Amino acid sequence: MRKILSPFWRVHSPDCQAMSFVLWNAPVSAIATIATTPRNDALTALSRMPVLFLLLAIAAGLARAAQAQSAVADGQKLAFDRGKGNCLTCHAIKGGDLPGTIGPELKDLKTKYPDRNELTAIIFDETKRNPQTMMPPFGRNRILTEQEISAIVDFLHTL
Amino acid sequence: MRARLSLLLGAISAALVAFALTSAHVVAADKVDPVADAKAFQNFFFQKFPNVKHEDFVNGPYSMNEDLKRQWQEKEEFPPYEFALDAGKEMFATPFKNGKTYADCFPNGGIGIRQNYPYFDEKEGRVVTLELALNRCREANGEAPYSYVKDEMASLTAYMAFTSRGKPMDIKIPDDPRALAAFENGKRYFYTRRGQMNFSCASCHVQSPGERIRAEILAPALGIVNAMPIYRSEWSGMGTTSRRFVTCNSQTRAVPLEPQADEYRDVEYFLSYVANGLPISGPGARP
Repeated sequence: MRKILSPFWRVHSPDCQAMSFVLWNAPVSAIATIATTPRNDALTALSRMPVLFLLLAIAAGLARAAQAQSAVADGQKLAFDRGKGNCLTCHAIKGGDLPGTIGPELKDLKTKYPDRNELTAIIFDETKRNPQTMMPPFGRNRILTEQEISAIVDFLHTL
Repeated sequence: MRARLSLLLGAISAALVAFALTSAHVVAADKVDPVADAKAFQNFFFQKFPNVKHEDFVNGPYSMNEDLKRQWQEKEEFPPYEFALDAGKEMFATPFKNGKTYADCFPNGGIGIRQNYPYFDEKEGRVVTLELALNRCREANGEAPYSYVKDEMASLTAYMAFTSRGKPMDIKIPDDPRALAAFENGKRYFYTRRGQMNFSCASCHVQSPGERIRAEILAPALGIVNAMPIYRSEWSGMGTTSRRFVTCNSQTRAVPLEPQADEYRDVEYFLSYVANGLPISGPGARP
């Protein structure tokens, strides 16, 4: 799977967006073609439409998968970065070296917190739920942006 | 009507009694009681770590982990702070330009007195730490003060701590409302969360001693000042109590105060008082 995806995998998300923009233009130009071509040709064009949509759907699906993958990779990077999430300082995480022991190990998080809003809230400001917590309020104190927290939640849901 | 009136009176008196009770309770909570605080502070650590000998708390992270303790004991054969100790001893004995020495500024010639610092100066109305007293001694004798955080100051305090090794911390709080206020202020500083990380001193050193923050083992707050000054591998050098406070603040992304700011003096007063009875172990060595 990784191999099939690898060309997309390397693509940065802005490029992905650009690509989907190009793809979205395709049906528009197809419709434009239908509108301006004589009736007979329109029939052939219409018969091509399902194929076009199918290709489009596959491409969009791949782009979305690549985007999700890249959010997970970004999330992991942010989680391990000492200047950002720095989660390893307190939590053991699969794939991370020298974890601290202050917080619980981060695993099975999708089972424990199926609702990603709950994980987001914990990272944003856990003192709201537990005033005694050691967990820094990453969102409230602007240690991480909302997008960064979202990427970390994506990553945490893969653990 | 009469019944209703008596009911109303009854309710009012009940409210008054309740009010009196709560206000009495508030007064009790507001009363500064360092003796009770020190007892509660020590008991918290003694109960949390029933296997750690009381006098061992002054050895910071080494009291929390057997492997680390063994490594440290081996390291103590050739202590990394020895250079500072030697330098401090020499500095202490070298006269100022006016012919006087540090010994002239301190009780008992400055030997074996570290356990009495910081103390509350009733004339000045503020806490005086050993580092502050050393620089005041220099200035009174026409010498420029030293940096509070390292080098010469660490060497001098290392030597003075060494001459007090094993002596129990013995901090007094005189019967002076300003001394009690300084203790209370230090306690408040210790337990207040600050900085981008939203940590208080207590977050790490009361809630989490013995836990690892990355590879480092957090030291218990109890007895943490008894080991000062320390050689830290992380600093590749010596650091004073002032340096410890400043770096704790900056590591938790809080704005550090000036060394010897009132809050730092007060928090040192608080931490030293609650460590009364535990031996001086400085100078120390830490990872």
